[in-house]
Amino acid sequence: MAKIGVYVCHCGENVKGAVNIQEVLDFAKTLPEVVIAKDYQFMCSDPGQNLIKEDIKEGLIDRVVVAACTPRTHEPIFRKALEEAGLNKYFYEMANIRDQDSWAHWHDKLGATEKAKRLIASAVAKVKLAEPLEDRYQEAEKSVMVIGGGIAGIFAALDLAEMGLKVYLVEKQPSIGGNMAKLDKTFPTMDCSACILTPKMVEVGVHPNIELITYAEVEDVKGYVGNFEVTIRKKARYVDWEKCTGCGHCMTICPSKAPNEFNLGLNDRTAIYIEFPQAVPKKAVIDTDNCLYFKTLRKTGKVACKICEKGIPSKNIAGCPAEAIKFEDKDEFLTVKVGAVILATGFKVMEKHHFKEYSPNSPDVLTALEFERLISATGPTEGELRRPSDGKKPKSVAFISCVGSRDERFHTYCSKVCCMYMFKHAKILKEKYPDIDLYLFFIDVRTAGKDFEEFYVSTKQLGAKVIRGGRVSAVDIKPNGKLRIRAFDNDLCSPVEVDVDLVVLATAIEPGIDTEKLGRFFGASCGREGFLREVHTKLYPVDTASRGVFICGCVQGPKDIPESVSQAKAAAASAAATVMPGKIKFEAISAEVIRNKCSSCGVCVNLCPYNAIVLEEYQGIYKAKVEPALCGGCGTCASACPSKAIIFHGFTTEQILAQIEALTTY
Amino acid sequence: MGWEPKIVVIACNWCTYAAADLAGSLRYSYPPTAHIIRVPCSGRVEPEFIVKALINGADAVLIGGCHPGDCHYRSGNYKALRRFKLLKRVLEELGIEEERIRLEWISGSEAKKFAEVITELDAKIRELGPNPIKRGV
Ligand SMILES: Cc1cc2nc3c(=O)[nH]c(=O)nc-3n(C[C@H](O)[C@H](O)[C@H](O)COP(=O)(O)OP(=O)(O)OC[C@H]3O[C@@H](n4cnc5c(N)ncnc54)[C@H](O)[C@@H]3O)c2cc1C
Ligand code: FES
Repeated sequence: MAKIGVYVCHCGENVKGAVNIQEVLDFAKTLPEVVIAKDYQFMCSDPGQNLIKEDIKEGLIDRVVVAACTPRTHEPIFRKALEEAGLNKYFYEMANIRDQDSWAHWHDKLGATEKAKRLIASAVAKVKLAEPLEDRYQEAEKSVMVIGGGIAGIFAALDLAEMGLKVYLVEKQPSIGGNMAKLDKTFPTMDCSACILTPKMVEVGVHPNIELITYAEVEDVKGYVGNFEVTIRKKARYVDWEKCTGCGHCMTICPSKAPNEFNLGLNDRTAIYIEFPQAVPKKAVIDTDNCLYFKTLRKTGKVACKICEKGIPSKNIAGCPAEAIKFEDKDEFLTVKVGAVILATGFKVMEKHHFKEYSPNSPDVLTALEFERLISATGPTEGELRRPSDGKKPKSVAFISCVGSRDERFHTYCSKVCCMYMFKHAKILKEKYPDIDLYLFFIDVRTAGKDFEEFYVSTKQLGAKVIRGGRVSAVDIKPNGKLRIRAFDNDLCSPVEVDVDLVVLATAIEPGIDTEKLGRFFGASCGREGFLREVHTKLYPVDTASRGVFICGCVQGPKDIPESVSQAKAAAASAAATVMPGKIKFEAISAEVIRNKCSSCGVCVNLCPYNAIVLEEYQGIYKAKVEPALCGGCGTCASACPSKAIIFHGFTTEQILAQIEALTTY
Repeated sequence: MGWEPKIVVIACNWCTYAAADLAGSLRYSYPPTAHIIRVPCSGRVEPEFIVKALINGADAVLIGGCHPGDCHYRSGNYKALRRFKLLKRVLEELGIEEERIRLEWISGSEAKKFAEVITELDAKIRELGPNPIKRGV
């Protein structure tokens, strides 16, 4: 027999004003196994809690029901009181007689009192069948994997490393840096991107707590929070990075050319290449699609070229001075254990070919990212503004906003950074070439950010023309090589046409190609637009649906550098808070399979939203097993099991049936 | 006191239960005939719970969960919906009016909707009269 104590709270007048307390107490005393029924003005106050604690300590009760407000706010408080009095905290139930009773039925005292009795009967019925439960703890790896080495991943990694945690930074490209490395200057402060980014990249490269794994991708993920096992594929580099000094000699002798991705194809690189001059790590790789040796080998089986290795002896040209070329290199796999993961794989920009109305085939129509490279000192023209078609300096440039953003045909969202980088571009050009004509076409101008509006105003003062009025309808190529923009000007209330030498399209920021796949590896889901989704926009902005997996930067949605860095720091703090204590708490409210009742049907396996259930061989038969650490605690499996072989602790079938019984009896 | 409807509500902690709390905070009034049993997720609702409530004489059963796509546990509400539809067909076969069992997606902020659903259900039950099982059919 249980010894149940029922404690009815007046909550000042909040409950008492509608519920007849004495009647409820008298009723409670008649319920089976209830040995004490007391009331108090404020049960959650210290004297209120002490009432319960005293009764427990004196051995009068071993189960507690508090009839008061909502368990959503007060259950933890009373559970703690039980614990402090030496009783298992799960021997506790709450009857919600305020929020769901007195407040809602204030003018129906009789109804409110009757309902209070039934709610208490239901709580008593449930607590009677309560079992003692223990929160479980599992050891956690004190390490974090950061995936993606853009500005977001870099900052997350550095903060974690500074906290003394071991960090694995995994980057797909040969070098870290991401999209920011491609930018010339950065709004709103106009710092040169490389000047602020490169020192941080170097810091990552030399930090003793950071293991930098570039030119690598996630291949497989096992485990869960505290104990993820991530398998990484390190792509074959065909250059021994232990030996490569990054001198770049190979790039001066390699005869094969391919479009330079870092410059978005605006010029060529060699088949053996270092991604960009400030690369970290500064190491060469061979692109086998374009390398003459590999091409010939694939086609004819013969050995050719190898100039990077051997040089051209007849011309007295030496090969790699470090003897680092390694044609026989293979992909390598490595598995690391980490306690938490941060996904920071960023974004890609939409390509221009989608926009047939803007003459995408013209070399003088560029995306904004291509334009960044064109004006960058490390770009294909070393920062000289020249038209790709004829190499001449353009006298006029038009910028078009919202290309693919805020457009039902492509993306309904706003890419957020375009308005601002268009002003940045205008500013850079006007400062370099004061007599250039600039036309900036907007649907409307969005400058909601610190110092943004001032940035906009000062750009206009430099003489850039801002035209607002809906989407630009077309960019046509004129016979004289000019590009004609057709648009509408709201201020003039009329259509406008402008002929320019160069057009820059602010194409949308899109999720990277493998965002969804990566999310799936880690149980993090994508939103409608394909960016990884946070669990709660306000309360858990960098958490994903998968515990221990965090997100930051543009992989979560379009944002600028300051926001990406802030999120990165938030994600680092959250990941650290997860792994630092060295152990992870798992809720006692979870599912468990009673093995001998399991009929091996496997229904639960597919139902579980957390993939927490597996069929495991036991004495020659496959039986379901719930991995407690993965169980999210929804109870779906227990509800579906045809053999009733799954107990859902905290909300057992018997408990809920007893509540139904109570509610329908009284 | 004459017959009063008795409604059993099984509500998920994250949405419908929260909506009921909010309805109280906002002092929305609705009939005191509905009583919530709190479960973590609508996916925890076994068909048996509904059957048991009806056999025991509950005049109506309401299942409350998060809106599609909002389930705290990703997909429990879809599973609840599937089971619910199946059960509803069976119960109709048994002569239980379909209005007596109801599934609603009520988010934590939809206090008004919660109060409205209960008010409506209460009125409907008063129209239908007591549960036919209780009437001894
Ligand atoms: C044209 C243009 C101009 C801009 N100008 C400015 C500006 O002036 N000021 C400003 O504040 N912001 C500007 N921005 C925005 C800025 O570029 C972003 O805020 C910032 O780069 C986001 O950083 P990130 O680390 O989130 O993503 P990214 O820079 O995209 O970095 C992601 C990294 O992850 C890697 N990665 C991708 N997939 C994988 C994978 N599967 N496995 C491992 N690694 C992977 C990528 O190779 C990359 O290194 C501009 C954006 C554009 C398009
Ligand atoms: S948590 Fe509300 S329905 Fe699943």
